[in-house]
Amino acid sequence: MDGLHIFQDPNTRWILFATMLLGLSSGVIGSFAYLRKQSLMGDALSHAALPGICFAFMITGSKSILFFLIGALIAGILATVLISYITRQTRIKQDSALGITLSIFFGAGIVLLTQIQHSDAGNQSGLDKFLFGQAAAMVQDDVMTMILIAAILVGVCTLFFKEFKLLSFDPGFAKGIGLPVVLLDHFIMLLMVVAVVVGLQAVGVVLMAALLITPAIAARYWTEKLHVMVMSSGIFGMLSGFIGTMASTMVENMPTGPLIVLSATAMFVFSILFAPKRGLVAKALLRVSVKNKVAKESYVKKAREGETL
Amino acid sequence: MNDFWIILIGVLVACSCSLVGCFLVLRKMSMIGDAISHSVLPGIVIAFLMSGSRDSIVMMMGAAAIGLITVFLIQMFHHSGVPSDASIGVVFTALFTVGIVLISVYAGQVDLDLDCVLYGEIAYAPWNTLSIGGIESVPKAVWAVGSVFLFSLIVIGLFYKQFKICSFDPAMAAAVGIPVMLFHYLLMGLVSLTTVASFESVGAILVVGMIIIPAATAYLLTEKLSVMIGISMIIGVFSSVLGYYYAYLFDASIAGCMITVAGGFFLLALFFSPMHGIVLKAWKRKKVAAQA
Repeated sequence: MDGLHIFQDPNTRWILFATMLLGLSSGVIGSFAYLRKQSLMGDALSHAALPGICFAFMITGSKSILFFLIGALIAGILATVLISYITRQTRIKQDSALGITLSIFFGAGIVLLTQIQHSDAGNQSGLDKFLFGQAAAMVQDDVMTMILIAAILVGVCTLFFKEFKLLSFDPGFAKGIGLPVVLLDHFIMLLMVVAVVVGLQAVGVVLMAALLITPAIAARYWTEKLHVMVMSSGIFGMLSGFIGTMASTMVENMPTGPLIVLSATAMFVFSILFAPKRGLVAKALLRVSVKNKVAKESYVKKAREGETL
Repeated sequence: MNDFWIILIGVLVACSCSLVGCFLVLRKMSMIGDAISHSVLPGIVIAFLMSGSRDSIVMMMGAAAIGLITVFLIQMFHHSGVPSDASIGVVFTALFTVGIVLISVYAGQVDLDLDCVLYGEIAYAPWNTLSIGGIESVPKAVWAVGSVFLFSLIVIGLFYKQFKICSFDPAMAAAVGIPVMLFHYLLMGLVSLTTVASFESVGAILVVGMIIIPAATAYLLTEKLSVMIGISMIIGVFSSVLGYYYAYLFDASIAGCMITVAGGFFLLALFFSPMHGIVLKAWKRKKVAAQA
């Protein structure tokens, strides 16, 4: 199948658009998570969404993305509450709290999932697609919901950019000038949950975390300014959505989600190596040039000293 | 007999996971356990593709190598200025993705189911038997997990003091001349081996639950490392036995039920632990307030 053919198929076009917007929104929110050192929160939240989705299916019996969204949202909020509760109330550190919450929720999700599969609910097939996602199986309604929510996410982040910026760099100062820090904290978490839930259908529970983490790290290598970082992280996410979806339509038997993550990872590796200033190549070049300079200076100095002597 | 084997595998997995888990929890590296359990996937697939068999030794070597590479990469990114949580996240998701893509590419040749990767197939383990030294019809998983458990028990038993000092005070460990990095990588190697051995039975993601949850529960119940290891193993054993029972009752995933039961134990300890339980702490606070 050639590239042009893809653009002619309306369904593929919509999916392409949806994955690009998904990459954009998760890239934008991911950069705030990165700066606030909450990258792994995305991992925990995406795993925690599974029991929410299963419950939503068990209660409503339908596979509408809206109900899944609500279920996953509730599960995600419960997970964040549990994580912060464990961290605050006991001596267990945040990393263990994350791991505990993640695995309890995911374990419970797997229990529910297998139970649904073993019971005779007629239309349960495809629920397990949420584990790895299946972008190609999305119908127009799902795509529309995804696009709408992703657009809202990006809009909200633009609107609250100043507040989020303050919160990421100096929460103490933000509190001092009267910003509702706790509320904003929860708000960012809520946005993250929404981003995760939106992405589940396309890339799945397991890999959604990557879309929140990888573009943000890649973007961090290129700049020292927050707005540039957020924008480039969004662009990296969007590009990986584009490349991943294109590649999966062109290659037989390749799932879209992993390919999107893989292209994001490729961008990350490229950034590590070739980013100006922070990249490994740039650093190595700098080291060599400094070494040469020092060697030259000491040579010149020695020569001068030789003259005066 | 099958029930017995499944429960035995579960118990062995729980014991070997909580043994290394205690050290991970104490060293604030729980999420590295999560990372390793995900990133061994490409190692398993590559070892499988190269050897053409699910021969446990080759797979374990491949996965252990990838596990160490994971730790190395995480540290490398961390040293180059990426926050440690983000570097964990980027490394394991990337490697896990590579594993999934490899499975998709070689779908015809790889006898690995993606669902199995996630939540394991402990229910089928008893049929895959292997006879060693005249002992017949013992499931392969029992051999694999059992030998890894024994191995980690021996290693940690031999170097218990060193591991202990490294966990609580790495600076002091370095000062008294213990090769901290060596023990760090040794522990990580053990985590990788444990993960791979348990992988077929409980799946990549639930291994993490078995590593972290019993250890964290024990952490709430005691102040002594040796007691903590003992308690976490006991909790692990109870979770596997009860988990199997619930899975039978509800007709659901066995590994999932085991983790859920372990989670239940954790919540119990969280609220009712004699020293660190939330209920007792609140009660004590009230008593003090009443006295004042």
